[in-house]
Amino acid sequence: MNNLQSLSYYWPELLLVTTILAAVVYDLLTKPSESQRVGLLVFAGLVLTLFANWFTSAERNITLFLDSLALDPFAQFFKTIIIFSTLFVILISRKSNELRIYRTGEYYTLIAIMVFGMFLMVSAIDLIMVYLSIEVVSISSFILAGYLKQDQRSNESSLKYVIYGAFSSGLMLFGLSILFGLTGTTKFFEIQNVISGLDTSSHFALIIASVFILAGFGYKISAVPFHFWTPDVYEGAPTPVTAYLSVAPKAAGFALLIRFFHVLFTDAGLFLESENGIPTIPWPQVLAGISVATMTLGNLVAIQQSSVKRMLAYSSIAHAGYMLMAMPILSGNGVFAIMIYLVMYLFMNLGAFFVVIIVKNKTGGETFEDFRGLGWEMPLVGIVMALFMFSLTGIPPTAGFIGKFYIFAAVIKAGPSFYWLVFAGAVNSVISLYYYMRVVKVMFLEGESKEEHIFPSILESALIIILAAPTLFLGVYWAPIAEWITNSLRFFHQGI
Amino acid sequence: MVSNILSWLIWLPVAGMVAILLIPRNKEEVIKIVAAVSTGLQLWLAIMLWLNFDSASGSFQFMENVAWIPSFNISYALGVDGLSLPMIILTPLLSFLCIFVSWKIDRGVKGYFALFLLLDTGMIGVFLALDFFLFFVFWELMLLPMYFLIGMWGGPQREYAAIKFFLYTLVGSVLMLIAILALYFTCGNTFSIPELIEAAPGALEGSIWWGMSAIKVIWILLFVGFAIKIPVFPFHTWLPLAHVEAPTAVSVILAGVLLKMGIYGILRINYPMLPDAVFWFAGALAVLGLINVIWGAMCALAQTDLKKLVAYSSINHMGFAMLGMAAVIAASGLHGENYIAAQAGITGAVFQMFNHGTISAMLFILVGVIYDRAHHRDIDGFGGLARQMPVYAGVTMVAFMAGLGLPGLSGFISEFMCFMGAFPVFRVIVIISTLGIVLNAAYFLSAYKRIFFGELNEKYSGLSEIDGRELFTLIPLAVITLILGVYPGPFLNMIKETMSVLIDQVVLIGNFAVIP
Repeated sequence: MNNLQSLSYYWPELLLVTTILAAVVYDLLTKPSESQRVGLLVFAGLVLTLFANWFTSAERNITLFLDSLALDPFAQFFKTIIIFSTLFVILISRKSNELRIYRTGEYYTLIAIMVFGMFLMVSAIDLIMVYLSIEVVSISSFILAGYLKQDQRSNESSLKYVIYGAFSSGLMLFGLSILFGLTGTTKFFEIQNVISGLDTSSHFALIIASVFILAGFGYKISAVPFHFWTPDVYEGAPTPVTAYLSVAPKAAGFALLIRFFHVLFTDAGLFLESENGIPTIPWPQVLAGISVATMTLGNLVAIQQSSVKRMLAYSSIAHAGYMLMAMPILSGNGVFAIMIYLVMYLFMNLGAFFVVIIVKNKTGGETFEDFRGLGWEMPLVGIVMALFMFSLTGIPPTAGFIGKFYIFAAVIKAGPSFYWLVFAGAVNSVISLYYYMRVVKVMFLEGESKEEHIFPSILESALIIILAAPTLFLGVYWAPIAEWITNSLRFFHQGI
Repeated sequence: MVSNILSWLIWLPVAGMVAILLIPRNKEEVIKIVAAVSTGLQLWLAIMLWLNFDSASGSFQFMENVAWIPSFNISYALGVDGLSLPMIILTPLLSFLCIFVSWKIDRGVKGYFALFLLLDTGMIGVFLALDFFLFFVFWELMLLPMYFLIGMWGGPQREYAAIKFFLYTLVGSVLMLIAILALYFTCGNTFSIPELIEAAPGALEGSIWWGMSAIKVIWILLFVGFAIKIPVFPFHTWLPLAHVEAPTAVSVILAGVLLKMGIYGILRINYPMLPDAVFWFAGALAVLGLINVIWGAMCALAQTDLKKLVAYSSINHMGFAMLGMAAVIAASGLHGENYIAAQAGITGAVFQMFNHGTISAMLFILVGVIYDRAHHRDIDGFGGLARQMPVYAGVTMVAFMAGLGLPGLSGFISEFMCFMGAFPVFRVIVIISTLGIVLNAAYFLSAYKRIFFGELNEKYSGLSEIDGRELFTLIPLAVITLILGVYPGPFLNMIKETMSVLIDQVVLIGNFAVIP
């Protein structure tokens, strides 16, 4: 579809761009003390975008802008996830004391720009678009991570983020250009056709290209060994930004990873061993290995943390590992499992981070010590946090269990050759119980019964309940979500 | 007769829990009454269920089945048979009595009773679920309240005990989850337990995973999950700790109901779904049973803490039930189709589950009674209490006698049946494990002597006699022990028919060729 025709399918993004521009202008017109209002504007714009996204028809596969973007239910699913997490993060940010002393107009504008970048990421089917979209998201997040200008750790985290980000996107760009050199095109589906016709002499170059590209994606979803930036960035960044980084860009990264590897590898047959004697890389085993390394490292290091926020940072690495478990099998079931996991993960992880913010507002810290006796003092916050912890561990009847259940099911369905992967996942779940329960332990098992209970403000209470209700409810009845995802996947496998 | 009686049984405590959460927390009396009423109603429903239960049928009764998540073939399926009915009677009975046992809880009353009722729902759900997914959800649902009940209201080492209990059980659960999913995908995409019982033996035949028969792999995964709960040596180390640290009522539930879930799971899932492996594993099961009997008794003998002694006696009693379960292979062709022995062994195992539930509940309540007064449980720290608390000494005598298996009390009947069943097949093992009975008598009687006879310790001359509330929680259990010890017939009839079906499922469907 040419550019002009494409615009008529592109109005969610157009609305978003309008919102961004309006936010910039509005920020100039408001007093610094009232800059929170920009957040409301962005919020309203995102709600409109959400509706626009739902009502844009995606009945068949449509490619926009000369085949550089796909408009399919798969992309729409991820866009919905991204908007939802952004809406929550905007509300959470308004409650954060960390951000209160800064002018936050551009903070919300940057978040909106990130949303735009992630929209591109989840629908990119062109190598150039892949690179550009990742950069849009990365650069905005560099600034957001360093938003607390007077906080050294925040500055440090931003700088680390820039260095790692620049390095890994350089690697990825290198990989992408090799791929272009081999195939002479930047479009996914054309690449797929050319690759299947390539002879074995170019397999080595293909392997190099794929490894480099994997590094770029691995950085985005913080998979081992590309995870080194994660704990420091997550710890130093303002907590709402940490919450955001641990959910939305990760979802977008998975969308890109799934699309790219699906098109290039399964359909082009690269997963098969070469027939002509040159062994190709056993991709399923490599991905499975990365997955196990990611979750094991995340879990083992999380045990040793003394800060709840940093513990959650490592735990989010572990969760990326669980989701990666479903990548090697690359079946529809695996993709389905990753998608349902992301939905569940969205609520529980944002909720846990929001509780960290509430505790930090109250006590000024975010270590386990600051959570001591929280359950006795602020019962609502304590109970909800316990729920999030159970859900992150994956204990029924919570949403986290359903996510894990589908991941395990997808891997087990792939046959006995992958059972070891499930065992690794299962052992990791048990390890993770230990540090999640540590939070529950300090909140409830320590401290004493208090005469007076403290309740957070009505808005805060409403927000944690909105995050907690799906965490519990989706653990009991998730059929509508499952159906929605099934529909999102229906058109995914067709090429153009 | 109430329609959907099984759903009522499961969800009544949750209704009570919601009601409790809505009551202001300073109205402690009201909270306790609501808890007592909801468990009392549940007990009444369980008795109604029992009266309407058809003992002549060995299949599931009062079944309910509602599609839950159709895309994954998950349904809300419930049913009761002779295997689950004893536990369905026992669970509400103990829950109801335990509300009164915990009447004097003074800290976080609202949370305590709310969690207790949630625990009740989880337990009943495990015994009634006929869908493997639902079974798993209830199985796990039980863990959360248990963790808090031990961790928040327990003794000095409660935090360690709570997390150890949780970690052990979760290891078992995740292995079970893998087995559930493997069964689902290999046996025609279903979680329904009756359907899996039909399909699994045929579907798994001949498949080899990692050089081992799939049947064995799944058996091991499930068995470890259940064995941790029973607990089978060497997975038992969580038990003494959790039992000792937990508050009295929670110890009662742990010993009375939670331990039974392991045996229940093996009989409900492993036996009919994997009959080929039963034959392969029965010998090991008998040996593990023997180890439990001897090890539990030896450890109990060495304890100075009365509650630890009772905890180890649980390990010992579960060993008898495992011996009885292993006896099922007596009915196979290789062992002379001795149906009578198989029937006796397996019925005895189920009966032992119930009896241990009532007897260990009594023992733990009695330990709680003395602990509330003296604030310690050191067996050697008392002496001559029989003079100070004659009624207490009398009730304790009944409980101890039941615990050591005195003829005339229910424990004797079930232990005898387990031995009788296992004897034709595992002659040597049975002979050695009778030693366990002698050891049982040794530790119970020596503890009794040290606590109740001899000089009265002056420190305790002010101890008050057991009060009405405590007697109220003990008398029903003692009466049941007595009645079932003298006239167990009707109770055994209720179990028997289901066990015949189970034996047929194992012996007729099971292929006793050596599986790889």
